[in-house]
Amino acid sequence: MARNITYREALNEALTQEMERDETVIVMGEDNAGGAGAPGDDDAWGGVLGVTKGLYHKFPGRVLDTPISESAFIGAAIGAATAGMRPVAELMFVDFMGVCFDQIYNQAAKFRYMFGGKAVTPVVIRTMYGAGLRAAAQHSQCLYPLFTHIPGLKVVMPSTPYDAKGMMIQAIRDNDPVMFFEHKALYDSSGPVPEESYVVPFGEASVVREGGDVTIVTLGRMVHTSLEAAGQLVADGVQCEVIDLRTTSPLDEDTVLESVEGTGRLVVVDEAHPRCNIATDISALVARKAFGSLRAPIEMVTAPHTPVPFSNALEDMYIPDAQRVVNAVKTVTGWTR
Amino acid sequence: MTDTVERKTLTREHLLDVYRTMRTIREFEERVHAEFATGEIPGFVHLYAGEEASAVGVCSNLDGRDTIASTHRGHGHCIARGVDVGEMMAEIYGRKTGSCHGKGGSMHIADLSKGMLGANGIVGGGPPLICGTALAAKLKGNGGVSVAFFGDGGSNQGTTLESMNLASVWNLPAIFVAENNGYAESTSSTWSVASDNIADRAAGFGMPGVILDGFDFFAVHEAASEAIARAREGGGPTLIEMKFTRYFGHFEGDQQTYRASEVEHARAELDCLKRFADRVTETGELARPDLDAVDAEVGVLIDRVVAEAKAAPLPTEADLLTDVYVRY
Amino acid sequence: MTDDRIVPVTMPKWGLSMQLGKITAWVVAEGDEVQVGDDLADIETEKITGTLEAADAGTVRRIVARVGEDVPVSGTIALIAPAEVSDDALDAAVLQARAVIDAGVPDDAGGAAELQTADVGGRKISYAGAGEDGDVILLVHGYGGDRNSWLFLQEPLAVKYRVYALDLPGHGTSAKDVGDGTLGVLADAVTGVLDALGTGRAHLVGHSMGGAVALAVAARDPGRIASLTLIAPSGFGSEINAGYLRGFADAQTRRELKPVVGQLFADESHLTRQLVDDLLAYKRLDGVDEALHALLGTLLDGDAQRGDSAALAAAVAAVPVTVVWGRADRIIPAAQADAVTGAVRHLIDGAGHMPQMERPAEVQAAIEETIARAG
Repeated sequence: MARNITYREALNEALTQEMERDETVIVMGEDNAGGAGAPGDDDAWGGVLGVTKGLYHKFPGRVLDTPISESAFIGAAIGAATAGMRPVAELMFVDFMGVCFDQIYNQAAKFRYMFGGKAVTPVVIRTMYGAGLRAAAQHSQCLYPLFTHIPGLKVVMPSTPYDAKGMMIQAIRDNDPVMFFEHKALYDSSGPVPEESYVVPFGEASVVREGGDVTIVTLGRMVHTSLEAAGQLVADGVQCEVIDLRTTSPLDEDTVLESVEGTGRLVVVDEAHPRCNIATDISALVARKAFGSLRAPIEMVTAPHTPVPFSNALEDMYIPDAQRVVNAVKTVTGWTR
Repeated sequence: MTDTVERKTLTREHLLDVYRTMRTIREFEERVHAEFATGEIPGFVHLYAGEEASAVGVCSNLDGRDTIASTHRGHGHCIARGVDVGEMMAEIYGRKTGSCHGKGGSMHIADLSKGMLGANGIVGGGPPLICGTALAAKLKGNGGVSVAFFGDGGSNQGTTLESMNLASVWNLPAIFVAENNGYAESTSSTWSVASDNIADRAAGFGMPGVILDGFDFFAVHEAASEAIARAREGGGPTLIEMKFTRYFGHFEGDQQTYRASEVEHARAELDCLKRFADRVTETGELARPDLDAVDAEVGVLIDRVVAEAKAAPLPTEADLLTDVYVRY
Repeated sequence: MTDDRIVPVTMPKWGLSMQLGKITAWVVAEGDEVQVGDDLADIETEKITGTLEAADAGTVRRIVARVGEDVPVSGTIALIAPAEVSDDALDAAVLQARAVIDAGVPDDAGGAAELQTADVGGRKISYAGAGEDGDVILLVHGYGGDRNSWLFLQEPLAVKYRVYALDLPGHGTSAKDVGDGTLGVLADAVTGVLDALGTGRAHLVGHSMGGAVALAVAARDPGRIASLTLIAPSGFGSEINAGYLRGFADAQTRRELKPVVGQLFADESHLTRQLVDDLLAYKRLDGVDEALHALLGTLLDGDAQRGDSAALAAAVAAVPVTVVWGRADRIIPAAQADAVTGAVRHLIDGAGHMPQMERPAEVQAAIEETIARAG
């Protein structure tokens, strides 16, 4: 039975159901229970934004608070994964990747290849990303392009509660290391989610809106921004096809190419910084493999090449909004040689 | 566990076994040193010769429940853990028959089936991983322990320090072995380590610290067995510091102009194999011919594995793209 | 409507939970003459896309709803009226109808599906019903389907009857465990729902594998089943599109599933992305893969059909039986309708294996006629 729950609840439900099903699934991270060693409540926080609330008491001994030592505990999660556990570790803000990146990209990502196929590292590293909460430069970035670049990692970013639950279950069952990106502005969003366990496979983009005039390829929170823009463009007689990539590694190239072959026009909407991001990656893919279908140059809608600003006024300018997507669509639909 | 070594009992078989292992490491490294100079071995190698008592003294106390992580100077730990010597040599030569099918090389030799989580090209890369394998053993309740080997250079890496703290806070069955051979690349440990001893840091992380003569197999074996037993029984982590010297450079090709004459002195006066042989023959536990026989067998083994490695096939283009993921 | 001669064309209710529909294309234009059954408009709902057929004959005098806008169920979307009706009268009617559309659907509007569950032998079985009075009809879907297979039929039938649709084990929101995957397990679920409804006699409508299930239920207790309407039922011959069944069970991606599911329909425009995505989401629920593969063993013997529905039918000779089949059925050949001895046959042109979706009005008529025959 599908009922409306929030993105946060969907993640919590996925973790709960997998921990019930498989005793090797463990959870660790800063404040994932909350209150370690303190006189008040255990499970005081359940994660800084409440995603892991309730797990501590349901699964004694399997939810571990950590000191603020990302290298050590992210590395521990990775090591435990090589030893038969299925850890779900939390890198609280992806902005903190600097203090533990080696364990992720030089160790976890490379074990299987460096060890000649003899290692299996089924670790999930959950992390928050994205702007919009005025958390400023060091707590608001979209760094998934950096991880997408690394062979051996899988990089996923669900945009709906349905996808969040199914992709978390898939991530836990997956035998490769998974970077699981959760947009902090989506935790309160809600949508229909089946009560039963299910998977959403990786490497499958979702066509969330069909349309024949322009292809909008996007991911994460920008899926909703793009849908908003698509709704506005109906009045101009433009039908947009909106594709939610869902996973950047593996990447569903076929769905993107098939769509552009139909529409001939591409707008890529990516909240990440403009250099070497997913927008450039998709643009290059389409330019190489669907060149003959293109009827206009590709447009990219991204954040500017700046750190994320603090002030409301500035952050709202920083984050791509529906109007910018509308403008980009009009540019490609109005383009003539 | 059939391969569990009992504390403090060193039978004749055991003594021969550990001697063989140390000798194998020594001959392996000496041979790689010679072969590397011909230019046939690709990339970089970092040789462990001189430090054998540490790897073997610790690892001879481990069994199938246990895991170790090593450093870029990992051949000794691999051999001490029972990784196939032939596969190791082939891996160093970049052959398809190598431990990692030629895809890892000297710095990334691993065999998870033998509880060897790999040599590691990143200084300080191992300790966090070992917190993980120790955590897994603790959750499984099988009494397994995990050992992180690192050098005096690695002892300053943030990951190592964080890992010691985490192991204490989580009360993990983890042993931290600082192999202080006096140099982090070309930099002296007396300069780079702020305290007089690396083991002095142990108290700061809430665990016992032990300082050992790294050339003395029996001292290492004894101290390691105590730390390992404590960890198995839930007594938490220990920091062990070996003090010794490495016989070769940081990497093969290192001119070592930063050193004085400590290597000649060590080989002559302090060498762990000499010390071991002198002691067991003195007590009569073993006889010279026993040891000579082992030396001869090891010599034959090393000759064979080098010949096989040189003749082994290289990986092909088909191998380039495999094993990035279990399933993409 | 002030003028009785104005006949409103309204947004249909396809499925118990439907509240809104959207016209994606008008097939007719103002001024067109239509007969009963003519296509009027393509409509898209949250769950399904379909074509609205005219329930009345006459001239389409006004199109009220625009393409792409949400219209509440029962909202007027067009007006049919004879030439004599004045423009003023029509304009007034349009204004009234527009007011309803522009008001939208209030947040607390009803239409929540009356979803119920029964515990049948430890398995949770979901079912939903509509309708106030009259005989009980229980709709039984086929392999890989669920109670939403009856989206175009349930509400229209509910005008006169109490109409229930269940999710068989392994399907929909029912328990996914199908045990040994035999017809008996599925029949138990149907009987369990009838028991839960507390109903004595009921009319069964079964589609494809659901037809064989309905027969099995009737064979156990013919006195309980008032009539049987079998839509393209399985087990009446050896020929079957085994590739479809295996392809459906094995498909892992949209690309693999789409061409398989396309074979269900005579007209592949019924095959929307939504339908394929919903089937994929179903197949990805825990336990569904095992269930679908277990059921293959019940349906197939190599590439031929397993099962003897004719024997079951013979056992219920006293029960009125109708068999409905799309002539363009690419899954089970329509010729097998001849093997349903003693049945009234309705063969439908332009329909494939899913006439309850492709030609719902004709299927509804067949069901109602069967019920009337049962007396």
